[in-house]
Amino acid sequence: MHKILAKKQLSPNVTRLDVLAPRIAEIKQPGQFVIVRAQEGGERIPLTIADADPAKGTIALVIQAVGKSTRELVALEVCDAIRDVSGPLGHPTELIASGRALCIGGGVGTAVVHPIAKALHAKGVQVTSVIGGRAKEWVIFEDDLQKCGDVIVCTDDGSHGRKGFVTDAAKEVLTAGGIDIVYAVGPVPMMRAVANLTRPFGVHTVVSLNPVMVDGTGMCGGCRVEVGGETKFACVDGPEFDGHKVDFDLLADRLQTYREFEQRANACADGQCRIRR
Amino acid sequence: MSTLSAKERMQITRQSMPEQDAAERSRNFQEVNLGFPEQLALLEAQRCLQCKAAKCMQGCPVMVNIPRFVSLVAQGDMAGAAKSLMGDNALPSVSGRVCPQEQQCEGSCIRGVKGQPVAIGYLERFVADWARNHGTVSDEAQPAPTGKKVAVIGGGPAGLTAAGELVKKGHDVTLYEALHKPGGVLVYGIPEFRLPKKIVASEVDRLTKAGVKIECNVVIGRTYTIPELRERFDAIFIANGAGLPVFMNVPGENFKGVYAANEYLTRVNLMEAYHAEGANTPVLKGQRVAVVGGGNVAMDAVRTAKRLGAEKAMIVYRRTKEEMPARAEEVHHAGQEGVDFQLLVAPLEVVGDEKRWVKGLKCERMELGEPDASGRRRPQPVAGSEFILDCDVVVVAIGTKANPLLTATCPEMKLNKRGNIETDEAGMTSIPGVFAGGDIVRGAATVILAMGDGKRAAQAIDAYLKK
Ligand SMILES: Cc1cc2nc3c(=O)[nH]c(=O)nc-3n(C[C@H](O)[C@H](O)[C@H](O)COP(=O)(O)OP(=O)(O)OC[C@H]3O[C@@H](n4cnc5c(N)ncnc54)[C@H](O)[C@@H]3O)c2cc1C
Ligand SMILES: Cc1cc2nc3c(=O)[nH]c(=O)nc-3n(C[C@H](O)[C@H](O)[C@H](O)COP(=O)(O)OP(=O)(O)OC[C@H]3O[C@@H](n4cnc5c(N)ncnc54)[C@H](O)[C@@H]3O)c2cc1C
Ligand code: SF4
Ligand code: SF4
Ligand code: FES
Repeated sequence: MHKILAKKQLSPNVTRLDVLAPRIAEIKQPGQFVIVRAQEGGERIPLTIADADPAKGTIALVIQAVGKSTRELVALEVCDAIRDVSGPLGHPTELIASGRALCIGGGVGTAVVHPIAKALHAKGVQVTSVIGGRAKEWVIFEDDLQKCGDVIVCTDDGSHGRKGFVTDAAKEVLTAGGIDIVYAVGPVPMMRAVANLTRPFGVHTVVSLNPVMVDGTGMCGGCRVEVGGETKFACVDGPEFDGHKVDFDLLADRLQTYREFEQRANACADGQCRIRR
Repeated sequence: MSTLSAKERMQITRQSMPEQDAAERSRNFQEVNLGFPEQLALLEAQRCLQCKAAKCMQGCPVMVNIPRFVSLVAQGDMAGAAKSLMGDNALPSVSGRVCPQEQQCEGSCIRGVKGQPVAIGYLERFVADWARNHGTVSDEAQPAPTGKKVAVIGGGPAGLTAAGELVKKGHDVTLYEALHKPGGVLVYGIPEFRLPKKIVASEVDRLTKAGVKIECNVVIGRTYTIPELRERFDAIFIANGAGLPVFMNVPGENFKGVYAANEYLTRVNLMEAYHAEGANTPVLKGQRVAVVGGGNVAMDAVRTAKRLGAEKAMIVYRRTKEEMPARAEEVHHAGQEGVDFQLLVAPLEVVGDEKRWVKGLKCERMELGEPDASGRRRPQPVAGSEFILDCDVVVVAIGTKANPLLTATCPEMKLNKRGNIETDEAGMTSIPGVFAGGDIVRGAATVILAMGDGKRAAQAIDAYLKK
């Protein structure tokens, strides 16, 4: 059992939970994730470790409530507990030792990019972050990223920062030059767009893939993705890969596998479900 | 009763296992075999000739003293039989159900030479279930604590057996399991209809009562490494199983609707997707499911598909039924349940629709040629025999390979070229005090071999700790 010590709503559908998991808090590295199961009978879902406080023994999970399992998680309150937390899983991010990095976060992906930016900053790398959201209230981790370097905020409606997509701002930064590496985390279309954007600039681009996972130990093969024409298991070979080599179409497609089931589960959770099959 | 003459014993025919009706059971997940009632067990036990040089024992990888426990059953001394059996084999309720008996103990039974062998597996299951239902308390004294700490990695049959043996010897045992529940393949792979989960749960319970500390959700190689554990424990037993599923490497293998058997079975078993409603973990319930392979894993997957409601559940296998590595009983049961066997058929490609959902499996027909290294006749393609098998779900069950997650963090440990851990006869790896057994050493093998490794390693660890 992993007690929730703090809870904070970060945006209309993103919640941060600080969860007791001392061993993971002690050793986690940027880019790693955990697999959690909210309660007995629950689904196993992967979540990035957005931050950690080894002294308190907590890890921060930043959760976008998109379906049944994530909604169940964000419905938990302080002093409730998460049944299972396993990890830290996945390879840590390969961090450059010096130079300039561009960190791009879209939506809840900003929470994933944050530990990377923080670690880069600690190494003395010059960090520029470009983060985005639908509107002002959807932008998360802005203050935390300010502590790691410059931040450019983009919103679709221009209610905060610049109006437009993260890729527009990223393009300007890249054009200005001097960027040694790009880290991009967000929805699949965003990561694909970033990879396409950086390719002509020849800047190495790391993306964090989010296929459906079950065990997280390489046992099931459900998380397979294609990178450079080879099948990889994201949970053990990733989750971060060279964005220029990832088959994003395949990733987007495989994420649709359980669409119908998810919609039904969501409808049931909303109480709209009359036909129980 | 034990005074029957050999001739009289020879006249008793093999008792058959009562089972759920095939049509009925292919729609539920309850156990297929119902178990011997006592009088059948008594009769069957009397068939044993009590051979002096019991051939059956040589067929058993852990040398269960078969004539001894069977004769105790024949005498009606079930508690005695249980004590005898459990002294040789830590999990008889499991082995009695899943051992490939026809290749092991029963395959060597003298009565099988002319006629049917003694149903050793069924008797083993009977005795183990009797003991569980009667809650026999072991009369073993609490061992004196040795003060030595041992870590066991992996909660499959190898790890569970080792943990049980080590705690009996007074060591302080912590078992680390990566998933949220111990049991390994016994809980995520082998389905409920073959091995009810409550049996595994009660075995795990027995271990915790005996003092084994079980920590789930700990992935060795990530949460802790072997070198870290080495500092905190006096010895380590690694039993993390085989792991990574092998795919066919054919086009279309990443279409929606293609599963590795491990994923398919884990979703259904461990994550309980078999509940008609209310399950949180989804699984695609195909109407026409093609399972590629001919082993136990393939049989489990195809029979699971049937139970999830598939109209047609098919085995696609490139050789014939004779060469199938699966337990004979499973192949037989699958046939009874209406599984369709596409034999001498090999997949070439997964065919998808415009939205990349599986809609078929392109295959070619095979014929058997000369025997290969495994002694089985090698299948060869028949030219121009390509055809498409209509299906909407494909399950790949063609094997596994060593999971590098743990070993990658321990480069000084010697592996063979397939990535499996190398050990000496006692089960010790190239690192002193670190032992290994089960599938991670043998590659995909059997439950009883894993249990045998666990037991042998526990003895070796005990000896090592006393040095
Ligand atoms: C390595 C990794 C790190 C992630 N980190 C975060 C994070 O920090 N914060 C966050 O909010 N989300 C994160 N995700 C995504 C998160 O796991 C999914 O949103 C969640 O599983 C959805 O479950 P659900 O039942 O709420 O929604 P559902 O309605 O079941 O699904 C919504 C969508 O989520 C995806 N999904 C469903 N089940 C799974 C699963 N078992 N594994 C992965 N994806 C799934 C599918 O694309 C689906 O369309 C991460 C995913 C991965 C693989
Ligand atoms: C579907 C299926 C059906 C089968 N049917 C039969 C049968 O009928 N008869 C038979 O004899 N054999 C059968 N087998 C084979 C048999 O199950 C295996 O040979 C046996 O389970 C191996 O035991 P093990 O203890 O070595 O590993 P496993 O049972 O694989 O257990 C390994 C355990 O270690 C855990 N683990 C893995 N990595 C780590 C890590 N890094 N840290 C911590 N824990 C970890 C795993 O989660 C797992 O719980 C079947 C196998 C499958 C998949
Ligand atoms: S353990 Fe397996 S092989 Fe040995 S006697 Fe029992 S059923 Fe037969
Ligand atoms: S070989 Fe058969 S008949 Fe002989 S002791 Fe073994 S089980 Fe009994
Ligand atoms: S989640 Fe099962 S192999 Fe990656």
